[in-house]
Amino acid sequence: MPDAAQRLPEARPRPAPDADVVLRVEELRKFYGANEVVRGLSFAIRRGECFGLLGPNGAGKTTTLRCCLGLIDPDGGTIEMVGERVPQAARKARLRVGVVPQQDNLDPDFTVTENLQVYGRYFGLDPATLAARIPALLEFAGLEKRGAMGLRTLSGGMKRRLTLARALVNDPELLILDEPTTGLDPQARHLIWDGLRQLLSQGKTILLTTHFMDEAERLATRLAVIDHGTLIASDTPRALIAAHVEPEVIEVYGDDARAWADAHGRGLSARLEMTGETAFCYAHDARPLLTALGDAHGVRYLHRPANLEDLFIKLTGRELRD
Amino acid sequence: MMPSNLLRAPELSLSWTAVWRRNQLVWRKLAFASLLGNVADPLLYMVALGFGIGAFVPEVGGMTYIAFLGTGMVCQTAMFTASFEAMYSAFSRMHVQRTWDAIINAPVSLDDVVFAEWIWAASKAVMSTAAVLTVIVGLGYGHSWLALWIIPLGFLVGLTFGAFGLVMTAVAPSYDFFTYFFTLVLTPGLLLSGVFFPVAQMPVALQAVANLLPLKHAIDLARPLLMGSVPPDILLHLAVLAGYAGAAFCVALVLTRRRLLR
Repeated sequence: MPDAAQRLPEARPRPAPDADVVLRVEELRKFYGANEVVRGLSFAIRRGECFGLLGPNGAGKTTTLRCCLGLIDPDGGTIEMVGERVPQAARKARLRVGVVPQQDNLDPDFTVTENLQVYGRYFGLDPATLAARIPALLEFAGLEKRGAMGLRTLSGGMKRRLTLARALVNDPELLILDEPTTGLDPQARHLIWDGLRQLLSQGKTILLTTHFMDEAERLATRLAVIDHGTLIASDTPRALIAAHVEPEVIEVYGDDARAWADAHGRGLSARLEMTGETAFCYAHDARPLLTALGDAHGVRYLHRPANLEDLFIKLTGRELRD
Repeated sequence: MMPSNLLRAPELSLSWTAVWRRNQLVWRKLAFASLLGNVADPLLYMVALGFGIGAFVPEVGGMTYIAFLGTGMVCQTAMFTASFEAMYSAFSRMHVQRTWDAIINAPVSLDDVVFAEWIWAASKAVMSTAAVLTVIVGLGYGHSWLALWIIPLGFLVGLTFGAFGLVMTAVAPSYDFFTYFFTLVLTPGLLLSGVFFPVAQMPVALQAVANLLPLKHAIDLARPLLMGSVPPDILLHLAVLAGYAGAAFCVALVLTRRRLLR
């Protein structure tokens, strides 16, 4: 009779796949040589939200994205994207994911429409499906009248919109964007943001990395701030700011800013930081500072609520990362 | 990157056909100019040297000099076309346009992309081979059914030099790097493989070197075929070409993975 101790141990049941979680990263690790670029990073993105990944240069954002897409193999941890294990089933997962890279990599030899057709073919989409989808994609990108035009006639903003449309050719569940509005003028940026909001309202999920705090603040449902490969903070933008930064900020400029800060600012602020010749005064109540500034000469100031940039700089520091 | 990942076996799927098709669609837009470029060079050689040198050279290798040159040119065009495509064109796509980066964001693996580029280089080689062969037939040579075997031979030569070209592309920092390939591989190949004169004319030491060159083995197959006879040592020549092609493709794949998948 088989002894209880000799029975094979039961395999640990895998947690039931959560249809609500579109991307789950657990304890992700990646080494480049002896350098640990990602150190035990964990986060989960729920369906329908826009998740922002913020971090300075070298924090490991792009490496994390590439691991999630299955382009590079992690050295530890697990990734599950649209219900598939990555990198084991990476190509199957990428069938339902769209990617907008940091640098445009459109095909300059093809017209706008041909770019969409050729890309659709990589997903195994047949010509009939593509023909049905492309007009809507062109309209989404605001390029309905430019379908037959070459890329040389397109501005930077139009190319970025085309790249976004191209990322939607397979009607993905998850859209991954790496710094999508870098290098665009304000009008172009707003157009992209409107497009992304439209996609969110259609139920798509977005993972976004960005350096632009206004972008993160406008779009992100939740944020993760990473630095040196680890998660430093993760929550909604409002909650993060409330938890880490004083609610009011006064930026003081001018020739006498430093002198004023030393003489008056420090005493009246919860926290004061000098950057070059600018003083950042953080306070729970800015009124005493405003009163003092009213009497000051040789300075200008800007009074505003705390924003994500303050959070970012507080969490990751002011030093340049090369 | 972990060594085991770099050296794993190629993971191929039918997705490579979508990448091949993309290259073919671009080619169609420029087809005439492209063919003209690939074919003009060998034709000029044949006409200029064939009539020029052929005027005072009686017979070479049992045939007129223009026929001798033609058989060499048919292989030379496959070699140059595939090399160019796998170097300059592939490098443009990989590094300048970042097309490969775009493709591997879709469910296509890098292995599929490199494989597709390899087959595409050979496809272009076979097109230029067929074009040069047509001219040779027009000049009155190769009127035997055996000559048609030169077309698949062109594909095989394209695979060999396409693979060499992809190795270069995988490590090239810029277009200038490809000059090394001309100086160290293409030109010696052209001069020592029996294109312009029989290999038997060379010193024994150089003949030994020639036996290592894939182009020589291609010509050893092409010349008899064009003249209407079955080449000797078929399997040996095919094995050399296929061996170089397969080995170089694997090297190209490993080097490309190291370059792009970091």
